[in-house]
Amino acid sequence: MAERERLLTAAGIGVTAPVSPPTVGFVPRAQVMSADDVRRALTRIAHEAVERNHGLESVVLVGLQTGGVPLVRRLAAELERIEGTAVPVATLDATFYRDDIGLRPLVPEAASDIAFDLSGLTVVLVDDVLFTGRTVRAALNALNDYGRPRAVQLAVMVDRGHRELPIRPDYVGKNLPTRRDELVDVTEDGVAIGELRGS
Amino acid sequence: MTNPNLLSVADLGADGIEEVLRVTDSFVEVSARAIPRVPALRGRTVVSLFYECSTRTRLSFETAARRLSADTMNFTITTSSTTKGESLRDTVETIDAMGIDAVVVRHSAAGVPWQIAGWTEASVINAGDGWHEHPTQALLDCYTIRRHRKTLEGLRIVVVGDVKHSRVARSGVLAFTALGAEVTLVAPRTLLPPSTEGWPVEVSHDLDAVLPKADVVYLLRLQNERMSEALIPTLREYTSGYGLTRRRAALLQDDALVMHPGPINRGVEVAAEVTDLPRSVITQQVANGVAVRMAVLYLLLAGGAASESGEPALA
Repeated sequence: MAERERLLTAAGIGVTAPVSPPTVGFVPRAQVMSADDVRRALTRIAHEAVERNHGLESVVLVGLQTGGVPLVRRLAAELERIEGTAVPVATLDATFYRDDIGLRPLVPEAASDIAFDLSGLTVVLVDDVLFTGRTVRAALNALNDYGRPRAVQLAVMVDRGHRELPIRPDYVGKNLPTRRDELVDVTEDGVAIGELRGS
Repeated sequence: MTNPNLLSVADLGADGIEEVLRVTDSFVEVSARAIPRVPALRGRTVVSLFYECSTRTRLSFETAARRLSADTMNFTITTSSTTKGESLRDTVETIDAMGIDAVVVRHSAAGVPWQIAGWTEASVINAGDGWHEHPTQALLDCYTIRRHRKTLEGLRIVVVGDVKHSRVARSGVLAFTALGAEVTLVAPRTLLPPSTEGWPVEVSHDLDAVLPKADVVYLLRLQNERMSEALIPTLREYTSGYGLTRRRAALLQDDALVMHPGPINRGVEVAAEVTDLPRSVITQQVANGVAVRMAVLYLLLAGGAASESGEPALA
């Protein structure tokens, strides 16, 4: 789930109409990555993934709804540019596997789209921001319902710390120290850090 | 704190309907998997309280609950203490005392789900009350139409048959028109409600005249069990006037959808000669029913803070 939306819903903003993630409420304080920085980070992550997996055979990309979806498409394009082969891309919504259902409103953004059996494949899970690790935990459970991957690797644009579960990323765009109440916003234009207004 | 209910389509409004249909997409995907189950409602209990016969609705709700990993309790009137004379209220309070999260109610009397909602903290879902409403049927019908046509806006939907006794028609008219469709009711005068005033519908008695323009033909079941008097001369006469015969099927547009809430009276709403309905989506209605009910159960029971902040996912 997109970091921005996750925090906004936690703050009770835009709770039941997540058709488009609300942008009100986020006050950016500083730009921490430019659009070019994000592009370069994606290129580096692509190279690291190719190197670690000795190519792209049996590698599939899975983008997490919603923040991971634009990134997974860009990463796939980078990989194809580098290696010359297309990597299968899927999207995953892990809402129904979350451990905070009933604690706050959680409505799926879009249906998962995984059109193949993941058994025996290496899955690179892609999200925008890694924070508590709970979304990734839910995603790992969800992935298992689509087969038994040979391995799952995690790629994130920003690792902002504050993990609550023993989860670590394999590929990181940027390590960004944050306060818990801050908000990290990853968009086409780069990465900004800021606060929620009125929360 | 009382949980949110789904009693009437009217409570949902267009936005509520859209929300259910949007979430249904996710559950259609879940249902298509090799293992069609998610852990979303683990530890919740859903009771089906059916005071009327039902195959598809009861099985559909129970399947939906199980696919969400909820526990299910099944109350069947013939094997329950109701046969010993236990009142509805006592039955509800007994079940409520076992600790439940949702009650799915079907009853032959209109308004029973509202009454039950006053006796329990659990979410109450109306699965059909008398001639009144059947909201999840209307939702699954909207979803099925949307799978074929992107929107209901401007669609011409013809609802044919026993409108008088039909909760499917009442909920359907509310939902279809809320989403912008134009609804025409076609029935003999005896099978229409005494008045359709205030209903956003047109009324016709000539099926042949409206069929060529219809985008959706919705055939209602002739509800013999609710007829206390002779409302139609004979079944044959009904079929010749309002059944889908081979001749009428030929009048339909090539892409018109044919729907029926089931169970079909073969040879009545659909003439025996029409063995395979043209462009029938009746089995898709059943399949989508499970996903729609998963969405309803999920939105009602997984609301969490939404209902505390006064903004329940469903009213």
